[in-house]
Amino acid sequence: MRIEVKDLTKRFDHTIVLDRINLEIRQKEFLGLLGPSGSGKTTLLRIIARLEFADSGVVEVDGRDVGTLGFEERKFGFVFQQYALFNHMTIFENVAFGLKVRPRGARPDKRAIAARVQELLELVQLGGFEDRFPAQLSGGQRQRVALARTLTIDPQVLLLDEPFGALDAKVRVELRRSLRNIHDATGLTTIFVTHDQEEALDLADRVAIMNRGVIEQIGTPIEVYESPKTPFIFDFLGHTNSFDCLIHYGKARLGDKELAVEPGIPDGRGVAFVRPHDIVLSPPNDLEPTQDAKLPGAAITRFVSARGQWAAVELLYEKRLIEAEISRERLNELGLSIGDKCTISLRLPRIYAKREAEKQTGIGDRAAARPRFRRRQRA
Amino acid sequence: MVDHFSSFHAGPPQAARRSLPLTESAGARTILITIALGFLLLFLLLPLVVVFAEALRMGLGSYWAAIREPEALAAIRLTLLTALTVVPLNAIFGIAAAWAITKFQFAGKNLLITLVDLPFSVSPVIGGMVFVLLFGRQGVFGPWFAAHDIKIIFAVPGIIIATLFVTLPFVARELIPLMQKQGTEYEEAALMLGANGWKTLFRVTLPNIKWGLLYGLLLCNGRAIGEFGAVAVVSGHIVGLTTTMPLYIEVLYNDFNFPAAFAVASLLTLMAFVTLILKTILEWRAEQRLARGRLH
Repeated sequence: MRIEVKDLTKRFDHTIVLDRINLEIRQKEFLGLLGPSGSGKTTLLRIIARLEFADSGVVEVDGRDVGTLGFEERKFGFVFQQYALFNHMTIFENVAFGLKVRPRGARPDKRAIAARVQELLELVQLGGFEDRFPAQLSGGQRQRVALARTLTIDPQVLLLDEPFGALDAKVRVELRRSLRNIHDATGLTTIFVTHDQEEALDLADRVAIMNRGVIEQIGTPIEVYESPKTPFIFDFLGHTNSFDCLIHYGKARLGDKELAVEPGIPDGRGVAFVRPHDIVLSPPNDLEPTQDAKLPGAAITRFVSARGQWAAVELLYEKRLIEAEISRERLNELGLSIGDKCTISLRLPRIYAKREAEKQTGIGDRAAARPRFRRRQRA
Repeated sequence: MVDHFSSFHAGPPQAARRSLPLTESAGARTILITIALGFLLLFLLLPLVVVFAEALRMGLGSYWAAIREPEALAAIRLTLLTALTVVPLNAIFGIAAAWAITKFQFAGKNLLITLVDLPFSVSPVIGGMVFVLLFGRQGVFGPWFAAHDIKIIFAVPGIIIATLFVTLPFVARELIPLMQKQGTEYEEAALMLGANGWKTLFRVTLPNIKWGLLYGLLLCNGRAIGEFGAVAVVSGHIVGLTTTMPLYIEVLYNDFNFPAAFAVASLLTLMAFVTLILKTILEWRAEQRLARGRLH
């Protein structure tokens, strides 16, 4: 099924939650709705599911207004963050629910129900758990039951609201894989909401990034990660180092390079955003030009932490903390330790107008004293 | 897991089993326990003993005779009728009110929450008087009912209405926090699986609130059986017709017929006991379910 969201607007009291959203979800697509809390992503999902209603705009399924369709015509499976399993029912009864509540004529007989439940529980690797109660299962198992339960209605569209949000990191990755496998095996159209950028980039065919009630960018994970349209998206998708620069006649002066900026960015104060893995370190006073923008002066190493193949290096450059991620080998070559100086070059910097960047990300507020736990959290 | 029983008044069962670090001295503990037990003995156990002792003072034979008086039987019947009418009505109202308050957003919601509590904060006598003013001979609707030959005040309907008024909050009060905690997600899940409103109500909502509902109904039942103030105002004390057990006890007592008064009183107490025992069983079952939930 193809879903089209047209000019959807929703307010709660006087707050605009969704502001004229337009979005197309292609048949069999796996779409991630990504955004910080309060961006409107869950509301959008719930409106598509008709658990909530928009103030204006329509949701169309294969060209028909979803509001005019009965349950049979729009079989949307919905998976909740907190599973919403029926606690008074066994796992079997939970999964069988969607079959048992069908109108008398369309209801399969007992044996057919049992067979289908069995089949779905096998699919989510929970065969043998039929007689347990939800309270006896772990979070990951409960979410798998919820998924199996949703599949009983043979949905053509699967809607998931932060399905892995309540689970720990390892289970989350496991479940991600099985969700993707089920999606690929069943030919569903899937929309899932998450605030975890890694999850969205890892799982989705396309990612729609939402902020304050609008979709800021939609594209494949690689597109949005490598060419984030706005400073907000850049900052939201991963760790951000920012460097001031000047834009003059559409070109930004950054270290020893002059870089063309995207059309639409005005001359004046600019800012270059660079990911930690795009910070290249070289010995101090290295003036050899490369294809990266080499910055003048030296940075001082503040902290080094090596983990596996990678090393995180925290540097102080012009009173700002810089996070760099380099390979263990490179770290050993450079022989960096705390207090050492080095030269910084920037690979693939994204240039934005500074005013915009400050407004959208608050980079101005987090100059020197950025807390160190941010980086650990990310790992 | 979702804890269905958090709104129960009983303390959390797991806390009771864990032995707490003892911080008070032995002396302080002795004093506290003595005070607590002393109070219980003086104000609960002693009156109870007196009720049964007084009831049985003239022997079992006269006890039996007092209860088998036609008027006593009528009072017992009326009390049971009232409870049997009021409890189901309260169940319906309680579920409807709790559902409306917890599952919908609407104007006047906070007002409704406050109003549900009104019978608890207002003296029952006032509740009774309000109905006299509404349905009595000189009341607002009185002439209309009189014209249609319907008697409400000084008749059984008045007693039921007054009892309904004083017991109104029990079920709703019990269910609102429970349903608020559960939210609407279960109903939404049922909806997304194709269940219609009735199937959702009977298969999802009611099972989820089952224990809280039963608990509320028991409390409601206890109050319905024992209510005095509001019923006294609307009943008119017509012995054999409009006297419930508590009112009949008062009538007997005022007639200095102490053995009979205490005999009926002991019966009322026994009814309360049954309610109390059922309530304890419910709480015990709640604990069992909690424990089962924690097994794995």
